[in-house]
Order: sequence, then C-alpha cells, then structure tokens
Amino acid sequence: MSDYLPHHALLRLLAVLALVIAPHLLRLPLWESLAVAALLGWRALASARQWALPPQALKLLLASVAFLAVYQFYGRVTGQNAGIALLVLMLSLKLTEMRSRRDVMVVVFLMYFLLVTHFLYSQELWTVLYLLTSSVAITSVLIDAHHPGEPLPLRQSWRMGGVMILQSLPLMLLFFILFPRIPGPLWGLPTDAGPTRSGLSDSMSPGDISQLILSEEVAFRVSFDTRPPPPEQLYWRGPVFTSFNGRTWTASSEDLKRRIPAEIEVLGGEVRYDLTLEPMRSRWLLALDMPDPRRLPDKARVDRNGALVLDRPLIERRQIQGRSFTRYRLDAQADAALLDQDMEYPPWSNPRTQALARQWREQGLDPPRIIDAALRMFREQEFVYTLEPPLLGRHSVDDFLFETRRGFCEHYTSAFVLLMRAADLPARVVTGYQGMEANRFGDYYVVRQSDAHAWAEVWLADRGWVRVDPTAAVSPERIERGARELFEGVRATSGLFGAYTDWRERALMTWDWVNAYWNGWVLGYGPEVQQLFLSFFGLDSVRNMLLALTAGITLVLLWIGAGAFGRAQAPATTERALLLWQRAGRRLARIGYVQRADEGPRDFVERVREREPALEAALDTLLDTYLRLRYAGEQDRALEIRLAAAIKHLRRPRP
Amino acid sequence: MSIASSRITTRRPHPLRWARQRIDAWVLGRVPRQHGPVTVTRNRVYIVPTRFGWGFALMLLVMLLGAMNYSNSMAFALTFLLGGLGLVCMHHTHANLVQVQLRAGRTRPVFAGEMAHFELLIDNPAARPRYALSCTWARGMAQGSSMDVPAGSYCSHSLAAPAPRRGWLDSAIVEISTEFPLGLFHAWTWAHLDMRCLVFPRPAAPGLPPPLTAGEGGSLGQARSGQDEFSGLRNYQRGDPLRSIHWKSLPKSVTPMVKQFSESVERALWLDWSATPGATVEERLSRLVRWVLEADAEGRAYGLDLPDTRIAPGHGEFHRHDCLRALALFQLPAPGADV
Repeated sequence: MSDYLPHHALLRLLAVLALVIAPHLLRLPLWESLAVAALLGWRALASARQWALPPQALKLLLASVAFLAVYQFYGRVTGQNAGIALLVLMLSLKLTEMRSRRDVMVVVFLMYFLLVTHFLYSQELWTVLYLLTSSVAITSVLIDAHHPGEPLPLRQSWRMGGVMILQSLPLMLLFFILFPRIPGPLWGLPTDAGPTRSGLSDSMSPGDISQLILSEEVAFRVSFDTRPPPPEQLYWRGPVFTSFNGRTWTASSEDLKRRIPAEIEVLGGEVRYDLTLEPMRSRWLLALDMPDPRRLPDKARVDRNGALVLDRPLIERRQIQGRSFTRYRLDAQADAALLDQDMEYPPWSNPRTQALARQWREQGLDPPRIIDAALRMFREQEFVYTLEPPLLGRHSVDDFLFETRRGFCEHYTSAFVLLMRAADLPARVVTGYQGMEANRFGDYYVVRQSDAHAWAEVWLADRGWVRVDPTAAVSPERIERGARELFEGVRATSGLFGAYTDWRERALMTWDWVNAYWNGWVLGYGPEVQQLFLSFFGLDSVRNMLLALTAGITLVLLWIGAGAFGRAQAPATTERALLLWQRAGRRLARIGYVQRADEGPRDFVERVREREPALEAALDTLLDTYLRLRYAGEQDRALEIRLAAAIKHLRRPRP
Repeated sequence: MSIASSRITTRRPHPLRWARQRIDAWVLGRVPRQHGPVTVTRNRVYIVPTRFGWGFALMLLVMLLGAMNYSNSMAFALTFLLGGLGLVCMHHTHANLVQVQLRAGRTRPVFAGEMAHFELLIDNPAARPRYALSCTWARGMAQGSSMDVPAGSYCSHSLAAPAPRRGWLDSAIVEISTEFPLGLFHAWTWAHLDMRCLVFPRPAAPGLPPPLTAGEGGSLGQARSGQDEFSGLRNYQRGDPLRSIHWKSLPKSVTPMVKQFSESVERALWLDWSATPGATVEERLSRLVRWVLEADAEGRAYGLDLPDTRIAPGHGEFHRHDCLRALALFQLPAPGADV
C-alpha cells in the first residue's frame, strides 16, 4: 500500500503536475477543474498523513464517473477538447495508484504528452518559455523517481534536468530544421481541431450584431517583392457570397459542388508578395485582387467566383507566395445560365428596394448608369458610416435604405447588390480585407481583423465582373485610411503624451515584427518553407536532409558524450610522487597485492613484504622514498629517480 | 565453478529468453578474472533501453504523428526536444558508470549452509558523484539496492551467496548497473573479481562428547578438573574466555591479564580423525568442527590430528581459525587448481 516515491518527491511531482495542467484548467469545465484540484490536494494530504489509498472498486467507479461526465459534457469522448478533458481527468485519477515505478513512469510520460496538447491552442512566442520550463520540471521529477532513498536536493535535481534539456536543445534544433516534413494531415482532423479564432465568416447578415470589425487580431502579414499597390487597389479577396435569402448572404452550395473555375484574364499591374495567413478555420485563402491563375498556392483552386478555395479548412498558419494582377478581366464571357444565379433574390423580401430598382430600369438606364444611380444615392442622401448601426427588421435592406441609413460596409454592400439584382444586373458580395498597416520596424505590412471589408461586384457585358465599393461612396476615407484610424480619431502627436504614444507604438511594432518572424519562420516551417530554406544549403532532397541530420546528430552526440566521459574520469594528478606511487600500485596489483581502503602506504608495503621476501629491498626503497617525497616535503630529483628505479623491480620473482 | 553462477543454469528456461541466455553465457564466459581494481572502461559498459525507454520511444512516435497530422510546429519542437533528451540520457547513464573502479573487500569465513558475504568496494575517482549504482550477481534474480558514491570516495557493498559446501567459495561475476538519471537506459558492466570465501564444514549437532584417546585427555568434563592448577599470569589474547581474566590486576596493568593454568600436553584434548565417528568424510569433519567449537567455548586447549595435518594443542581465535581451516580444506586440491 505504500507509495513508490517518498513524500517530498511526491509533493514535487504534484507541483509539476499542477504546472502542466494549469493552462488547461481555463479551458476545461468548472466541475473538472475543481475535481482535478481536489484530487491533487487530497493526494498531497494522503501522503503527508499516510492515509490509505482507495480500493480497486472505488478507483474503477471514479474512472467510470469521469468517463461519463466528460461524455455528458461534450457529447463524446474523442476530438480535441473532450479528449484532453478526459486525459487530464485520467491523469489526476492515476495519482490514486502510485505504488510502483511503473505507475510513476506512466504519470511522467502522460505529463510530457499533456504538454504537447497545449500547442493545439496556442503557439505564441511565450509558449517556448513554458515548454522549456515544463520540460525541465518534468525531467527533474523523472530524476527524482530514479534516485532511491532520500530525494536529491531540489536545486540539484532541477540543475541536472536543466543541463540535460540544455544539451538536448542543439539536437532539437537539428531535428527541427532537418527532419523531412511532410504535408499534413495524415488522417482526418477532429472537427474541433485548432485554436478558436475569429475570422471571415461563412455568411453575412447585415443588421445582426457584428463584433469582428473591432478585433485587433492579426489576420495576416504581407511583404511585397514588388511595389505595394496604392490603397485604393488593396482589396484582399476572400469568400464570395452569391445567394441571398432576404436577410443573409451565403456562398452558393451549387458553386461549392461544381468546381468550375472562373476565367481570369490578366492585363497588367503585377504584384508579388509573401503572405503569412493566420489560421482562421476558413476554407478560403486570401489573395490580392486578382490572383494569377497560373501560379496558385499549393492545394488551392479558383472557384467560379474568383476566390481561392481550399478543400480543407485552414487550421495552421500558412505562408503563401502570391502573385496577383491589379488589372484584369474576370469572366468576360460568362455563361448566361450561371449568371442567372447571380440575379436571384426572394421576391417577397424588401419590396421597397425592389420597387426602386424597377423604377431605374423603367427609366431606361443602362447598366453603368444604374450603378451610378445607386452610388449617387449613397453619396448624396444622408447615409452615415458607423460601426454601431441600429438593428434591422425583417426586410433588412428596406429598413436600411429608407429608415435608418446608418451602417458599415456590410449594409451598403448588401443593399447595393440587392438593388443591382432587382435591376436585372448580375451582382454579388465579395468579402475580404481592405487596407493594411505598415510595420516601420520590419519591411512588411499587417492586416488586422478590423480591416475586414465587404464590397460588391457587378457583371457588365464585355468587361466581366467589375468591382464596385459602395462604402467608398459614403466614406471615401475608409478606403484610403483604413477603418481603425478613422475611428480612433486624430492622434495626439505633440508633447510628452505624443512621445509616450510614439514609444509605445514603436514597442508594439517591434513586438509584431518579432512575432512575424516567429510565425513565418518557426510556426510556418512546413514542407514548403523547409524546401525553400534548405535549398540555400544544397539540401534539396529528402536523402540529403537525412544525411545531414544523421551527421549533425552524430557530431553533437559525440561532443556531449566526450564531455560526459571527461567528467567521469578522475581529475588528473600532477604530483609526481603520487603518480609514481600509482604506478607502483599497478605493478603490485599485477602480482596480486592491492592496497585496501583502510591501509596506509606503510601497512600495505609491510603486508607485501611479509609475503614476498624477494622484493624486500625494492619495497623498502619504495616506502622510504615515497614517504620522504610525499609527506616529509623533500623536493629532491634524486629521490624520485630512486623511487622510479625501485618500482622497476616490483615484479614476481622468477622461480 | 562457483555457487552463484550455477544458478544460471538451474533457472527456469524461457523459450523467448533462450537467445539472450546464449549471448549472456558467451559474454560472461569472456569476463576475465582479475585480482586488482577493475576500472570500468568504456568498452566494458553495455547499455540497452529499458522497457520504459521503449515506452518513451513509443510515446515520441505518437507525438510525432500527432505533430505531423496537425502540422503543429511547437509539437514538433517538443517531440524533437524529448527525442534529444532520450539520446542525451543515454550518454549520462553511460557516464554514470564508466571509469568506476571495483575492488575486492574483506570476506569473513562462514560455515557451510550459511550465506557467504563478499564485500565489494566501488571507487569513484571522478570529481562528481555517481548516483544510484546497484550491485548484484550477474544475471541474478535478486534486485540489488542502489547507492550513491560521493566524488573522490568509495562505497562498500556486500553481496550474499549461499555456501553449501566446505572449501573455497569463489565469487561469481558481479554486475554493476545503473539506470540513472531518467530510467530510459540500463547500463551495466560485468566484473569477475578474485574474491573467495573460506567455508568451514557444517558443525554436527551437539551432544556427542569427544572420545577418550588412550593416554590422553579424556572427556571435556574430566579434563576441566585438571585445569585448576594456577601457574601464573600472561597477557590477554583475543579469544580468551572472560572467566579466565584476572580481574584483580585489571586496574594496575595496561592490558588485562589472564590466569594461566598448568596443562600438561597429555591432559590437552586431542581431536583425532581416526577416533571420530562418522560414516563419511564430511560427517567426520562436521563432528570435529563441533568439537573444536565446543572446546573453544570452554576455553580448553585442544589439538587436531588429521591424516595429513597435525596441529599442536593451543587456544585462542587464531588457533581455532587454523583448525577450522584445516578441516575446511581437508583433502581438497590446492587453491588455484580448481579455477
């Protein structure tokens, strides 16, 4: 019934366990966090007070209850969140049986494993620190478990753990850089995989509450190989919505199934850029209008609406080498049947909007004039651009156009596209990002969630799909300066406060720059980046990578092994008398006499002399000269020579 | 052939372990028998992963697959860090054992049927401590306790082996092993130190007094009465019975004095091989051992008369040891011949 670990070692294990579980506690349901904390506390007390551990039946019962509770809460026991919840509970329950080394090892291995699950939620820069601290802590627990009896002093086991982790770091780097990466995933990802982040939505319903635009999270970072395009051309194309149910715009399910690519004809204005996209669980990649169809990123395709679509939602950060053209012609020869889809709307919805569009059509306006009429309405009537629009009723476009007249890009775009459709023009909603912010520290730009934008496209004969941004008609500054600046107002740039904000901004930009490199080079180090990076060194094939990896690992291990071996050796003696005495000891050992630990030189030589009378003279000289050199402090070269000569005679006499 | 190693052959054979046993036997057969300090050099340290080491590797594989599936860079980093840790651990385990020196310690004689204890001294010449070294017989089943050896110091460990027969009991091959620091690897070395233990014959059951030999002593009881003639004092020697100490002179002299009684040679007890009952050699030896022990406990002078050895009467610890040694080695080949 007793514990394998002594009380102190167990307390250390519990503390490390708490460290490893802690970040999960925020994500776990409250009852589970409480149960885990209670188990840890009870285990510490049980060890201190020598309480008996629960019987087998109770442990089985607890495990079943834990299983059922997780199932009850999550509706399943697999998947990322439920799986981790179950793992944490089972690990805590394992504390009730810690009788053998095996139990301790299972707990320690599970702790290492639990550490890895944190990175499914966050891989920011600070997690490196957490990774290293926790690894050292768990390793020191493992060291404690293999030291019998009294545990080592805490500082010492931490030091040993730290040294081992430190020595593992170069190996980790080599593996990280050179281990051939393969594009994942290997098998299906659970549907709740990846961190939960906001991003572009799969639908757009103006009039519902929108929070996205206020988020300062980074959507992506971009650096340009060519001159960055002017602000009015910085439209980052994302999901395109073509189907409208009277209130909500969504992507057409027909388009998702049919996989007909849009026909893109590039005319000029080439822009090349590197884009590091944050994982947003989206099936769309972002690209500057319009991506070059001949140079698409891996695993991406152009859909009917000119958007870049992935077959699987993006859950990891991705680096994209993009090439776009700001002058293009999109689907100039579109199929009439397909265009019909882009003119549909529910006939019962928004009757006043329909009536207005019908009026324009009956006036005999041609398509460009109709567009102009709509934009003029936005510009000349009292429309207000605001991020806090009032909620809208059932006929949301009618309410917006004729009642509230307050809204942001979604409202204007939605109203505009419906007007166009009602006027028999094919039109659709394009969402994405508009604008960007330069990072002065590094040579790149940041696009944030608050730069999310929606605009419209209208199909015109011979010209194809043409971008129309109705928001620009209302608030041209939104396009030129970006949403954030517009709402933050004019910044104080003078005096002490100005210096402070300047300093703060500089710090923030530096931090963003560090993060950009972290994201681009470390977190984004996948098969593509690895290939790119290693080809600089001529390591472009898997075979070469493996060769370099093996060579590097061998070298580092040789170095570590040589260091460890050197420390295992006796420190070199420089005292010549002692060296000679050691040589004498080796010769005497050869004929069967070994100085015992409790024997001084005198006793030892006496013992040999009794048994080996033939060596008497040599032994006497040996003892005399050695004692004089070593203990009487005589520094005499002649004595050393005599001692060395005597040693030569120490051999078994020939019969 | 020594006792401890004979257990290897009597172990229950396991089909899966057959190959391992063959390899062990081959390696063990090549461990040289050495007198002196054996330095555990690099090429004498064997190292294999423990079952926890294999478990660790399996865990790493699962983590690697998970990292690939999620394309998670930090998961890759942790997996690779732990992989590196495993490799580093191998070197640390190896370095914890290498360059240790082994020496034979003292071994006290025992009687047949008892456990012989071989003392082994483990020297750590390095300037850093060795942790959790454990010491067992090679391929023995017993789990040895483990110990730390401080820097520049030594540690003694006693290994028990059954001593069923009289004569010299040679030490079997010893195994020094360690799994420190992480328990992922098991490093060990085998050494055959020139240690042997003298095993006296098993004493026969008490009760039978020595026979009266013609013209000599007689039974222990009768001989005792003849001891009472006081003849003088001599210096105390180890093994003298307490009751013969001359207590009155104790405060005056530096060393205790012992009362001596005049004993004629004829009156000393002669333990004679030819007069000892017993069907076999071993039975007779056992009987003689018992008589030696009884005479020694009585403080009686006794001599031993064996067909090839004759030890004059005397007493004290050294005398007893000489007699028991003669009985232990009676008609056995000289040491060294059986190696």
